[in-house]
Amino acid sequence: MSGETRIAIENLNLHFGANHVLRDVGFNIPANAVTAIMGPSGCGKSTLLRCINRMNDLILSARITGRIVIDGENVYSPRVDVIDLRRRVGMVFQKPNPFPKSIFENVAFGLRIHRLGDSGEIRARVEKALVQANLWEEVKDRLQDNAFSLSGGQQQRLCLARAIAVGPEIVLLDEPASALDPHSTAKLEELIVELKREYTIVIVTHNMQQAARVSDHCAFLMLGELAEWGKTEQVFTKPKDKRTEDFLMGKFG
Amino acid sequence: MKLRNLGDRAARLVFLANALLAAVVLLGILGYLLVYGLRTFTGTSVAGFLFGGRWNPDAYGEPVYGLVPLLAGSFFTTLIALAVGIPVGVAGAVFIAERLKGRFRVVVKTVVELFAGFPSVVLGFFGLVVVAPFISRLFNVPSGLGLLNAGFILALMSLPTIISVSDDALRVVPQSYREAAYALGATPWTTAIRVVLPAAKSGILAAVMLGFGRAIGETMAVLMVAGNAAIIPKAIFDPVQTITATIAIELGEVPFHTTHFYALFALGLVLFLIALATNLVAESLIRREKKSFTL
Repeated sequence: MSGETRIAIENLNLHFGANHVLRDVGFNIPANAVTAIMGPSGCGKSTLLRCINRMNDLILSARITGRIVIDGENVYSPRVDVIDLRRRVGMVFQKPNPFPKSIFENVAFGLRIHRLGDSGEIRARVEKALVQANLWEEVKDRLQDNAFSLSGGQQQRLCLARAIAVGPEIVLLDEPASALDPHSTAKLEELIVELKREYTIVIVTHNMQQAARVSDHCAFLMLGELAEWGKTEQVFTKPKDKRTEDFLMGKFG
Repeated sequence: MKLRNLGDRAARLVFLANALLAAVVLLGILGYLLVYGLRTFTGTSVAGFLFGGRWNPDAYGEPVYGLVPLLAGSFFTTLIALAVGIPVGVAGAVFIAERLKGRFRVVVKTVVELFAGFPSVVLGFFGLVVVAPFISRLFNVPSGLGLLNAGFILALMSLPTIISVSDDALRVVPQSYREAAYALGATPWTTAIRVVLPAAKSGILAAVMLGFGRAIGETMAVLMVAGNAAIIPKAIFDPVQTITATIAIELGEVPFHTTHFYALFALGLVLFLIALATNLVAESLIRREKKSFTL
């Protein structure tokens, strides 16, 4: 499976009002692998990620041209049901954002709104998602506790469990470790690498060590332009673009 | 002493004096209410007042001052007001907070808040000449003045409060909750009902409490449309008399320093305690809401 293109981004341009945020971005994201989108702050990497599950639809001033093709279908085609798209493409945000509900209800939320299964089935799926997110052992005796009682790292893994509970094929991670301490970050990174067997993962990070640790492929974004993309190993050891090289050397952050 | 320091002291004194004046006047009113109100019980028993089933201060020979029918009048009119006002108000607030954008939202919200300042006598007039005949004809009852009409007018009066405070509560729900729900494939309405509304529940409860306070304290509009018979209502078209209306109607004609006079102050005391309790609960709910989002 690995190596086969899962998401193809083609000539993607995005404007916020008069602001040209993404310029002619195009690259492929392979299935069952971790692809990192790297770049300095403000380069548009989060915006690019949010194009994949159409979260930018919520911003009225956003204008998007170009294509993002998942399984042969452009997600911006009028035929695509955005609700269904977002069920198939899960997302975890920069800051852990659990709902002010119990741990169980957080994970069950997506299952309930999509009416995936009766209460017994929901219970089973919640457990499976929590196991996959490596959180089950820590919370199995306190599923009815408020999600806010968890630590930051646990909350982020809960958000991951919530995202994978509805059975997505693709998981988008928007700087998921930026609000976490080093120990929680290490745990989360381990988990990301594990999850690629089952999901296609796209992770946005401004931390290049993190990109080097977790990703198989990476794309490097600079001021809204794609500087370079390819196998992580190759981009990190033999960058073709001067801008990538400068970034890797730490000339700007 | 330097002139600057003197000025500073003078300013402090002025502000302190004004703050004290406000506090003293309010405490004075409360004290007056207490002293006069409690004198009721030299003429009638505490139990007779609190649990008495009839309010008939003009009865020849043996006047009775039972709180129950008046309390029932206030309670049932407020109940109807909230039964109408809560669903309509909360739904309206969800619509304004979650679905309206930009300038339009501001305009709608401002208009709603302007309605809070609507003179109650005008609403009472509306109830008298428009709602009453309508109820009378629609349900084929002899008089449209009574519980239903009063409840409806009170609902109109408490709506701006409920909408405005609920809208504020919905607004402070972090955007990240909405994003999380959308990213899971929730529609805007699902998000509003299943995520945003529960997250704002203590603020919405506060809105309901403030709406309740507005409804139970209203006098003029209710006096005009409630029919004013101090009986415990058995049907929704029965006339009722609220605590507030009783004070307004009877205080003008009562001989001073009689048990009847004091009993009206006791009614005021009851109202004060109800208002105090609702405000305390609402305040603590609003404070809890603010705390829960500052992580």
